[in-house]
Amino acid sequence: MTTAMIETTRQIQYREALREAMSEEMRADKRVFLLGEEVAEYNGAYKISQGMLDEFGPKRIIDSPISENGFAGLGIAAAMHGLRPIIEFMSWSFSLVAADQILNNAPKMLYMSGGQWGCPIVFRGNDGAGGQLASTHSWCVEGLFANVPGMHMAIPSCPYDAKGLLKTAIRCNDPVFFLESERMLGDKGPVPEEEYTIPFGEAILRAEGDDCTLVSFGRPVNFCIEAMVELAKEEISCDVLDMRTIRPLDIDSIVRSVKKTGRLVVVDQSWPFASPATEVITQVCERAFDYLDHQPVRVNSDDVPTPYAKELEQAYLPHKGKIIEAVKSTLGLV
Amino acid sequence: MPIKVAYQATIEYMQILDEQGVLDADLARDTLTDDQVVMLYEHMSMCRRLDEIAFKLQRSGRLGTYPQNMGQEAIASVALAARKQDWMVPCYRENAALFLHGLPPEKILQHWMGDERGNQIPDGLNMLPMSIPIGTHMLHAAGIGWAAKLRGIDQVAFTFFGDGSTSEGDFHEACNFAGVMEAPVVFFCQNNGWAISTPRKKQTRAETFAQKGLAYGLKVRQVDGNDIFAIYKAAQEAIVDAKAGKPTLIETLTYRLGDHTTADDARRYRDSDELDAAKKKDPLIRVRKYLESKDLWSADLEDAMVERNKVKVDDIVARATNIEAPKTSDIFDAMFATTPPELARQRDTMHTHSLGQFPQQETLSNPTPHPAHA
Ligand SMILES: Cc1ncc(C[n+]2csc(CCOP(=O)(O)OP(=O)(O)O)c2C)c(N)n1
Ligand SMILES: [Mg+2]
Repeated sequence: MTTAMIETTRQIQYREALREAMSEEMRADKRVFLLGEEVAEYNGAYKISQGMLDEFGPKRIIDSPISENGFAGLGIAAAMHGLRPIIEFMSWSFSLVAADQILNNAPKMLYMSGGQWGCPIVFRGNDGAGGQLASTHSWCVEGLFANVPGMHMAIPSCPYDAKGLLKTAIRCNDPVFFLESERMLGDKGPVPEEEYTIPFGEAILRAEGDDCTLVSFGRPVNFCIEAMVELAKEEISCDVLDMRTIRPLDIDSIVRSVKKTGRLVVVDQSWPFASPATEVITQVCERAFDYLDHQPVRVNSDDVPTPYAKELEQAYLPHKGKIIEAVKSTLGLV
Repeated sequence: MPIKVAYQATIEYMQILDEQGVLDADLARDTLTDDQVVMLYEHMSMCRRLDEIAFKLQRSGRLGTYPQNMGQEAIASVALAARKQDWMVPCYRENAALFLHGLPPEKILQHWMGDERGNQIPDGLNMLPMSIPIGTHMLHAAGIGWAAKLRGIDQVAFTFFGDGSTSEGDFHEACNFAGVMEAPVVFFCQNNGWAISTPRKKQTRAETFAQKGLAYGLKVRQVDGNDIFAIYKAAQEAIVDAKAGKPTLIETLTYRLGDHTTADDARRYRDSDELDAAKKKDPLIRVRKYLESKDLWSADLEDAMVERNKVKVDDIVARATNIEAPKTSDIFDAMFATTPPELARQRDTMHTHSLGQFPQQETLSNPTPHPAHA
C-alpha cells in the first residue's frame, strides 16, 4: 500500500492523462501502436487519441473497420510477432463480440505455448455505465473478466492513476485489461509533468480512519470519498482504499486495514454475484476472519441489466447514499 | 491443360427513378401505384420532419443520443413490398420502413428518451427491437427466417444494417447460415458511405458490398438507395426468391445527410462538396419532381402536407412524452418469466441484500428484514 503521489499544481483531464501515457510510451518505444475504431482520423470516439495521428502517423495510429474480434485477434498476433499493441474498444461492451480472442487467446497464449511466447498487449476502453446508454452498451466487465487467469486488470479512478497505470500496462509483458470510464474522461486532477509509473498490485490509501475499511476500484472510489466526507461529519471515520488494479489484488493492504478497523465495506459497480467484491470479502474472511467485528458488506449494482432511464440508472448503481448506509450497518447504526 | 474460369459473376445496379425525377417506365411496371407514391412521399416527409424535431429535442435535453435517418427515407419502400406477416429485424437507420410496417413512431422516440418500453413491439406486428451491438441482429434475421421455415409459416425476414456492419463477423455468419439453411431472409445493406467517421474505402477493398453475398451463395444486387421504385422492385423480387429458399443481399447506395448521431459532428471529417452532391440525390426531391411531372403534386398540396405532418409529428412527440415515468421497481420486473424471491427482495428494499450482504439475514428463504425497511 502507498499514500505517495508526486505533488504538482498541473491539472489535466482523465482523457489527457491517458493520451500522455500512450504518447510518452510511443515516443520511447517504437514497437507501441494504437489500433481501434475511430482512433486516428476522428481523434478517437471520445477524443482520447486527439492529435496522436498527427504526431505518430497512420502506421502507428490505426483506424480499424468495425471488427472487434478482428482487431483484437490482429493485435494478439502482432504482440506475438514482437510489437506492443494498444487495442482500444470504444466500449468494453463491444469487446463481448471479441470474447474468444480476449479471453480464450490472449491470457492463455503463454500457457498454451508451454511458456514460450506470451502476449504483451493492452486492451483498453470505457467500462461501466456511461450515462443513459442502455443495458447492452453499459457493461461493467470486471466481474466477468477478472475470473480469467493470465491477465492483469487495471481500473484507475483519477487522472493521476490513469496515466501511471497505463504506462505500466504498456510496458507489461503480459496482457492487460485496462478499464476506463466514460463518466470520468472529463474529470480533472493533478498529474505531474515528470515521468512516473504506478506499479500493479499496490493500493493507495485515499483517506485514513478507524471505524470501517472502504474498499473500491475505479469510478466508485470517488463515491466512497464522498461518503467518507459525509460520515466524518457524524464522527465516523473510514480508511478508503483505492485498489487501482483488480488483478493483481493488493489483499495485504486490505487485511492490514481490516485488522485496524474490524469492519469492511466493498463498493463495486459490477453485479454482486461472483464479483470482485465477492473475491475481496472471501479473501478477507480467509485471512482476517477473527479480526472482523461485523460481517463484511458489499455495495454492488443491482442484479439486473443497466436501466436506460436516468433516474433508474442512478438508483441501480452504487452511490454515496448506499455506501453511507452500508458503513452504518456495519456499525449497528441502521 | 488450359486454365478454366471457375466462377464468374456480375453485379446488377438498378435505378428506376433518377435524381431528376425521371422514371424508367419499363422497369417501373408492376411496382408502385400513383397512390402509393403519393403516400410514400408524405410518409417520408413526415419521417424527415420527425428527425428534425428529434434533433431539437436532443439539443434541448429531452431526448438522449439520437441517430438521424435523414437521406435514407426511401428504405420505406421495403415495407410496401413486405407482407403483413413478414418480419423486420432492424438496427437504427430504417425508421421509415418500421413505421410503415406498423411500428408507432413514438416507440422509437421513447426508446431514445431512455425507456425500454419503447422497445415493446405491439401485438400482431412482426418486428424485433432495435439493436445496438453492431451486427449481432443479422443472425437473428437469419434465425427468424429459418424458424419460420421450420415451422412451415410463410414469412420472410428483412434485416437492415450499414456498410460498416459488414466488417463484423456476424454479418458473414448470418449470410452463410441463410444460404446454407435456405432461409427466407432479405439482407438490406444500407451503404451510406460512412460508419461514423470511417469512410467506406477503409471498411473494405471490395468494389461493392453486394458481392460479399456471392461468397455465401446469396442472390445479390445493388440498387439506388434513394429510389423508392428500385428498392420496392428489389424487395418484391427478393420475397419471391426468399420463399423459394434463396436469400438475397441488397446493397442500397444512399447517403447519411445528417451526423452519425447527435453526439457527432460530421463536418469534422466530411467534405462539404460531398454533402452538397449528396443533397442533390435526396430521395424526397426526386419523388416530388416525379409527382409534379405527372400533375399529381403542387405547391398547394405540398403546403397542406407540411401542415398535416407538423400535426402528426407533434402528436408523436406528445405520445412519446405523455407516458407515465418508469418506477425504480420496474427494473426488476422484466428479468424472469417469474420473479424469483431474491430479486423480489432486491426490488422491495432497493438493496442487493438479497444476496447475503445484510447482517441479520441468515438465510435467503427466511430473511430478517433490514431494520431500515422493516
Ligand atoms: C459491436 C459494436 N462496435 C461498435 C459500435 C459503435 N458503433 C455504433 S454505430 C457504428 C458505425 C456503424 O456504421 P454502419 O454500419 O455503416 O451504419 P450507419 O451508422 O452508417 O448507418 C459504430 C462503430 C457498436 N455499436 N457495436
Ligand atoms: Mg454506414
